[in-house]
This record gives sequence, C-alpha cells and structure tokens, in this order.
Amino acid sequence: MIFFGLAALLIAIALIVGVTYTVGSLAWVTLLQWKDLVSFDRWTEVLITIKSNKLRTALTTISVAWGIFVLVFLLGLGRGLNQGARKQFAREATNGVWMIARKTSVPYGGYDIGRHITFDNRDYDRAVAVKGIDHISGQFYMTGGAFEGTGMMTKRGGKANAFQINAVHADAFYLTNHEIVEGRFLSKGDVADKRKSIVVGRPVVEFFFKKGEDPVGQWLEVAGVPFQIVGVFRDEGGAEQERQIYMPVSTAQLAYSGNDRLGMIEFTAGNAGPDEVKAIVDTLKGQLSERHGFSPDDAQAVHVHNNVEQFQRFSMMFMMISVFVVVIGLGTLAAGVVGVSNIMMIAVKERTKEIGVRKALGATPSSIVFMVIQEAVFLTGIAGLLGLSGGVAMCALIGKAHVSDFILDPGIDLSTGIAATAFLVFAGALAGFFPARAAARVNPIHALRDQ
Amino acid sequence: MLRLDKVNKYYRVGTHSLHVLRDVDFEVADGEFVAIMGASGSGKSTLLNILGILDDYDSGEYWLGDTLIRSLSEKKAANYRNRFIGFVFQSFNLLPFKTALENVALPLYYQGISRRKRNQIAEQYLERVGLRDWADHTPSEMSGGQKQRVAIARALIGKPRLILADEPTGALDSETSRQIMDLMAEINKTGITVLVVTHDPEVAARTSRIIRLKDGKVVDAEHARDSFPQMQAQP
Repeated sequence: MIFFGLAALLIAIALIVGVTYTVGSLAWVTLLQWKDLVSFDRWTEVLITIKSNKLRTALTTISVAWGIFVLVFLLGLGRGLNQGARKQFAREATNGVWMIARKTSVPYGGYDIGRHITFDNRDYDRAVAVKGIDHISGQFYMTGGAFEGTGMMTKRGGKANAFQINAVHADAFYLTNHEIVEGRFLSKGDVADKRKSIVVGRPVVEFFFKKGEDPVGQWLEVAGVPFQIVGVFRDEGGAEQERQIYMPVSTAQLAYSGNDRLGMIEFTAGNAGPDEVKAIVDTLKGQLSERHGFSPDDAQAVHVHNNVEQFQRFSMMFMMISVFVVVIGLGTLAAGVVGVSNIMMIAVKERTKEIGVRKALGATPSSIVFMVIQEAVFLTGIAGLLGLSGGVAMCALIGKAHVSDFILDPGIDLSTGIAATAFLVFAGALAGFFPARAAARVNPIHALRDQ
Repeated sequence: MLRLDKVNKYYRVGTHSLHVLRDVDFEVADGEFVAIMGASGSGKSTLLNILGILDDYDSGEYWLGDTLIRSLSEKKAANYRNRFIGFVFQSFNLLPFKTALENVALPLYYQGISRRKRNQIAEQYLERVGLRDWADHTPSEMSGGQKQRVAIARALIGKPRLILADEPTGALDSETSRQIMDLMAEINKTGITVLVVTHDPEVAARTSRIIRLKDGKVVDAEHARDSFPQMQAQP
C-alpha cells in the first residue's frame, strides 16, 4: 500500500515537474522570440518550409484534423443526446410525481383482484398535509368526450374542435413546463369558488380566434358548459402539450357530475432526492390503501410515475455517455498530438542539415526552437480548424437529418470552440517542443558533414 | 585577425578522454589567404569548429579581432557567426527548397533585414559570382560549380571579415575547382581573410601560407607552399 502511495506520489511529482518544465520553456522561448510571432517575413518562411514538405504537411494535417474532428463530433453528439433526453422530460416537471388510480392486483381485505380504485377530494386534503410536498394537485378525469376519453368538444360561434381537458387544482401548473403568455393560470380562488375559468394553450386560441383578437375574457363552450378564458400558455414540449385546456377541478366535478371523484394526485417535492421522494410516495400510498382498502404492497392499484428517479437515472446515464465521449475524444486527440510530435521529430531528423546550415549562418538556438514550434503550431492550428469545421458541419448534418428523437441540435457552443482552439495551439506547441529542443541541440559541423 | 594561443580540446568518449587539439598556436593576419592541412583525424574539423565558433575549447585562448572567443552565449556566438564569419562547405549545404536567391539572402534573414531588401542585396552578390540569371533556380537545377558559387555568395553577403572554407573543392572536378579557387583568391584580394581547410595540395598551393596539423598539433605554421606546385590554369 505504502509502495503504491509512494509510486503515485513520485509519478505526480514527475508529471508536475515535466509539465512545469515544458510550459516554462515554451513561455521562455516565446518571450525570447516573440517578434517572430508578428513577423510577416517569419510566417512567410514558415509557409515556404511547410509548402516544400508536402508529405509531412499532409500526414500532420490528417492526424490532427482527424483527432479534432472526432473530438468535436463526439462532444457535439454528447450534447445532442443530452438535449434530446432533456426534451423528452421537458413535457413535465423533472421533479414531479404522478399517482394514478388503477385496478387492484392483489386480493386484500376480502376483496378480489381487479377492483377499480377511485381517489376523492378527501385523499387530496390528506395528501396536502404530507411533509415534503411543495406543490400538489388532484385531477378529475372527465370521460365521455369525443373519443370516450378526456378530449372534449369545445365550441365558439360556428367553430368546434376536441381538446384535452385537465380539471385540476391551481398547483398543477408546477407539474408542467407551461409558460403563461397572456393573463394567468388557475388560482386557488377559481377552485374554491368553483369559477367557470379556463386556461388554454396557443393552438386553442389560434383555432377559435382571429389574429390580433384578445382571447382573455372571452367565452368558450366546453362539453356544453360555457367557460371564460383567464389565461393562455405555451409549452416548449410541442403542439401536443399545448392542445390542452385547464379548468378548476371543483367546477368540473360539479358541472360534469363528478361528485368528489379524482383520478390522479400529482405533486412536486422541491429539490428532494429520490430517497425522500420515495418516502413521500410510500406515505401517500399508505394513506390511500388505508382509505380505499387495497394492499399497501399492491404495485398496480396506484400507478406511480416518478420523474425524480427517472430523471436522475437518465442524467447519470447521459453524464456517463458524455464522460465516455470526452475520454474517447481526448484520447484520439492525444494520439493525434503524439503523431504530430513523431512526425516533427522525423522532420527534425530529416532537416538536421538544414538546421546546421541555419545555425552556421547565424540562427540562435531559441530561433531554431521557435521555428520548429511555429511550424507545429501553424500545422496543428490549420489542421485543427479543418477538423473543427468538419466536426461542426457533421453535427449540423446529423441535426438536420433528425436521426433520432434522442439527438437534438448536436453541436458545440462557442466557449467549447474557443477552448478547443486554445487547446490546439497548446497541443501544437507541445507537439513541436521536444523535436524543437532536439533541433536546437544539433551540432552544426556534424550536421553539415552529414551526407 | 585571429590568434590561437595554446588551445586544447578534449572529447570525452565514455570514460576515456581524447586529446584532439594539443596546444594549438598560430596567428592569421588580416587579409591573409591560409590553408590548413592535415591527414584525416588530425584535428582539422575540430579546429574549424572552434574557429567558426561552432564549438568551444577546453583551455588556451582564441582571439577573433579584439574579442576573446571563450564560453560565449549561444546567442552571441550566433551573432558572431552571422556578422564576422562566412562559411563555405564541401557539400555546398544549400537549402534544397529555396532558390539560389533565397539561399544567398538567408544570412540577412537572421540580421532582421526585410525580404525585399535582402533579395535586392542577394541579387548583387549573385551577380558578383556570375549567377545573376540563375537567381530563381533551386540547387537541384544547378551544377556543382554553380552551387559552390551560390554558397560563396551566401558566405559573402553578411560582409564577413573571415571566410572559413571546409574542403571547398572536394566535390568538384579540377577545372571547376580551379575556378572556385580563383574566386576565393579574388575575394581575398578585397581584403577578406580566407582560411581553407583541405587535404588537397593543389588547393593549398593557391594560398599564401599553409598551417599543417598532425595528431592535433601544429607542426608547421609558416610558409610552406613552395613545396607544392602551383595549380596550372587550364587553357
């Protein structure tokens, strides 16, 4: 154990010393030769050298461009995957839990299986008191609509269309990702006073109203009952999320003979983790099983849709994919940089004579070092930009082609682009540094006598 | 011009130490045309390295003009090489991817002179060696003699006070060798000191003095050229 610790310490020290030495030397030689950086003449010299060594240039360019291409493409794809997954969740609050009344699957208290469970307002009232819940709503399922479901015929003047109706409490808003664009959402007062208020999605407005007409305050007839629009919402989750109408649960129960029945209880639990949310769900399930006489272990009597757990699982999965993608990308890039370094090393070997000549004619060691580094940086820079553009273009292509719902707008953002470019310049300098150092040590006379 | 005073140089090979130059003593006056001769392994190359400030020595003194050349920083050494010394090599050592003009202009690049200016100057020097029309040709398109002329133009462009030539005719036929040595003599006449390292007695014979090296020692630094026949000009 001590041996491994010591070995790790030694490796860490060696790494720190190595990196400090390399970066320090790079900084020092840049300080000595900074004029070369802004010298047009010097860049022309670099270009001439690069142009005259086409094979070396091509090999270097391909290896770095490929490395950067893979890195950018994978990073972009990782981001696309992440965004795709988030969009799947964007329809609902990521910290939401939905408890839906279903049929029993375990015999209990003398009852056979297959019994329909229905919640009621008292279940809601008891649930409100459970600790840890910050927003809660009940939902009354209206049935008997156009398709024997919750889509009810809605009319205004001569126009009629079926929209999904949600009869809920005011807090239901927090279970969605809706954004109010006009007016307001349902209020506690709407529910308490059983007001005929509705909040509608944009497609509802677009269907019933002319452009520029203010829908707030106007009336719509929902399943034969007139309701007044108090607000309009939009939702990033798509058209299906917007083709909906919200009304107070109390009004719906009264208007559509619902008595005090509820089909679902939904809540959010703030920033609670999966364990805390599970505890809340267990408490609620306990209360419900006690009141409605089903086994607390019956997994089907109450269907629980827990976004907290699912979102965390998804987040973890995508984080792992992202890490994997970055590791693969960086590995490919590192291979590219090592490749460039190798090529530059061979280039220096090939150019021993040239370097000897330059030294004999008055080139200082730092100017030789900088010449090799400048070439390496230039090559990696150009190649990197090619790879970067290729990667971005490939991501854009995949985004356009809409390969899968799970990949949304793949690509990299500006800061990643800038970081990648900066990394490239550094990688280029690093790739050039060791060959450059070897070049500066070339003995001119040996080099010049080299046949 | 230059003076060596008991210069010693050792090379360490493993645990052994090789004494390559032993108390080398000689002086070269301004404007002299001198040959350094010696058999292979006599220390000619090492001496050339030291004279060209491409290598350091272990003891003694080397004076170039009024400057003691000893443990110079790499930058200073590069600067001396660039401004005081012109090199001419047996294998020409032109950069293959540069044109004759660019090769000649290279030393001025390290003096920080602009491309336009140094190309103008390089043209004059190519003219001087009779290759004005070959300015845009790369070395691969030139004959050995032409390459050596380009190399000489390159050695001259920095207006050096000393030309160090390492077997300058070693890769050339006798007629071209004669032309190159004529050019060297011509350069010498302009007042530039020329030192030619050679093992060719005919080349040495064109100089005004021969310094002989044997086993790292100067065995003769006085006038000895009379013992060799003059190189005869071809009709």
